[in-house]
Amino acid sequence: MSANFNFVVAYPEIFVLSAACVILLVDLFVSDKQRVVTFLLSLLSLVIAALITVRYGVTERVLAFNGTFVADPMGNVLKLSTYGATALSLLYAREYLARRGLLKGEYFVLVLFAMLGVMVMISAASLLTIYLGVELLSLSLYGLVAFDRDNGVAAESAMKYFVLGAIASGMLLYGMSVIYGVTGTLELSQIANRIPSIGVHSLGLAFGLAFLVVGVAFKFGAVPFHMWVPDVYHGSPTAITLFVGSAPKIASFALAMRLLVDGMGGMVEQWRPMLIVLAVLSMAIGNVVAIAQSNIKRMLAYSTISHVGFILLGVLAGTVQGYQAAMFYTLTYVLTAVGSFGVILLLSRQGFESDAIDDFKGLAKKSPWFAAVMAMLIFSTAGVPPFVGFTAKLAVIQSVIGIGYTWLAGVAVFFSVIGAYYYIRVVKVMYFDAPIDNGQIEAGSALRIVLSLNGLAVLVLGLLPGALLDLCIRSIS
Amino acid sequence: MITLQDVLLLSGVLFSLSVAGIFLNRKNVILLLMCIELMLLAVNFNFVAFSRQLGDLHGQIFVFFILTVAAAESAIGLAILVVLFRQRKSINVEQLDTMKG
Repeated sequence: MSANFNFVVAYPEIFVLSAACVILLVDLFVSDKQRVVTFLLSLLSLVIAALITVRYGVTERVLAFNGTFVADPMGNVLKLSTYGATALSLLYAREYLARRGLLKGEYFVLVLFAMLGVMVMISAASLLTIYLGVELLSLSLYGLVAFDRDNGVAAESAMKYFVLGAIASGMLLYGMSVIYGVTGTLELSQIANRIPSIGVHSLGLAFGLAFLVVGVAFKFGAVPFHMWVPDVYHGSPTAITLFVGSAPKIASFALAMRLLVDGMGGMVEQWRPMLIVLAVLSMAIGNVVAIAQSNIKRMLAYSTISHVGFILLGVLAGTVQGYQAAMFYTLTYVLTAVGSFGVILLLSRQGFESDAIDDFKGLAKKSPWFAAVMAMLIFSTAGVPPFVGFTAKLAVIQSVIGIGYTWLAGVAVFFSVIGAYYYIRVVKVMYFDAPIDNGQIEAGSALRIVLSLNGLAVLVLGLLPGALLDLCIRSIS
Repeated sequence: MITLQDVLLLSGVLFSLSVAGIFLNRKNVILLLMCIELMLLAVNFNFVAFSRQLGDLHGQIFVFFILTVAAAESAIGLAILVVLFRQRKSINVEQLDTMKG
């Protein structure tokens, strides 16, 4: 076999790996006071990675490393969004971590390695590459969640995340081994080629597929495999929750696209019913249980679960239009989620986490602008026009109606209406309740400016969704 | 003669045992880590058996990757366990319930 490495398409991954190693070393020579050096280096490497991705971006599918690695337009867009989400996470997290004595070099290195895992998953063209990407992301995230070593709750949630994540990897691997046994190959495109000759009703394929779907659902956090989501969101330091809720969601979407669409696309009739069950349960449990929460991180965790249901709606449509809608939904959801956690970080101070919904009481009197930013983000999450969350929900629901599942669209709308209750409660608390906490916002101007832009982006994208929608349409076709 | 079916049956039994172990165990976090290892080893059995049956080396290469990642995974698992033990002075699964809702 002649070696066909085609290194060029993997330049972004190679660069991020080298940058993470360099930052790990440089940080050894940096004192706690000069930690800003590590921070700036991490941001710089994200910018350079983005430039490399644009410079060596491909306009069609290119395989590399003997068919284990793929570069395609969808991958480029997802990778660029991943850099953006990671950069926002770093920017928002810095002050919070510094105030708690957690701003260590390991944080930046773990975040960069987790991001590398996301990039490997996005570019995976073989079961082996998918597995390595999943593990690189998960192992870094376990470390990040347990990052605050003196926090017993964080350690507990890290343990839960670790055990459930390991079960998910085990399920995914078992499914992969069965698929490998039945099809005789690890390459996703080869698997797709061989499925018709084996027959979509093959018991072996269905058996393997079921395990793959369980693995994907675990990583997504879809009901009934969602048990880890609330505890991890609630237990980890808010700055880590922010990261866990951002880039890994893009990775889960990529995982579903690569495994279910690229690899098992021929079996859409088999996996669609499974995803319908997951999507309906996620939207129902996520939205209903979120109503009972008093901690805003936990509420946003259940809100994430319900949004996963919507992303799955787009994927299960099994049409190009559905995949585009799901991709648009994922990207806009990540932007909104990053902003919402950013507001929590903005309001937090030394010894004050600002993670109870009651901590938002009277925010409109203390800071009218950031109350407005939070309101925009919350309305977008709820799917109220003209914010971008509405456009995303509309696109996903249209794709489901497109394949004739009108009842599913009805279910989605019904649960969004239920969900609107707990979102609007946050807005009510901010605008109509008297403040209990009288502390002022201590955050620096960088955080304030970026967060304001993030909030405005949700509004602008909602008014003019054309450009991003067009990007999603062009990247999946 | 050991057939493919025999190996698949064995790996299926090992996999089920490990999943049952994770969900039934209420005492000790270390047992959870052992069950997770067992789960990955069951998958390795599958890969080796299929690889031999198909006459294709990729499955065995996959096993090497799984073994390496499993080592890294248990290292992180044990590290989290140490952090947890320092906080709680206990590794009882039933006490991992401080978060509710």
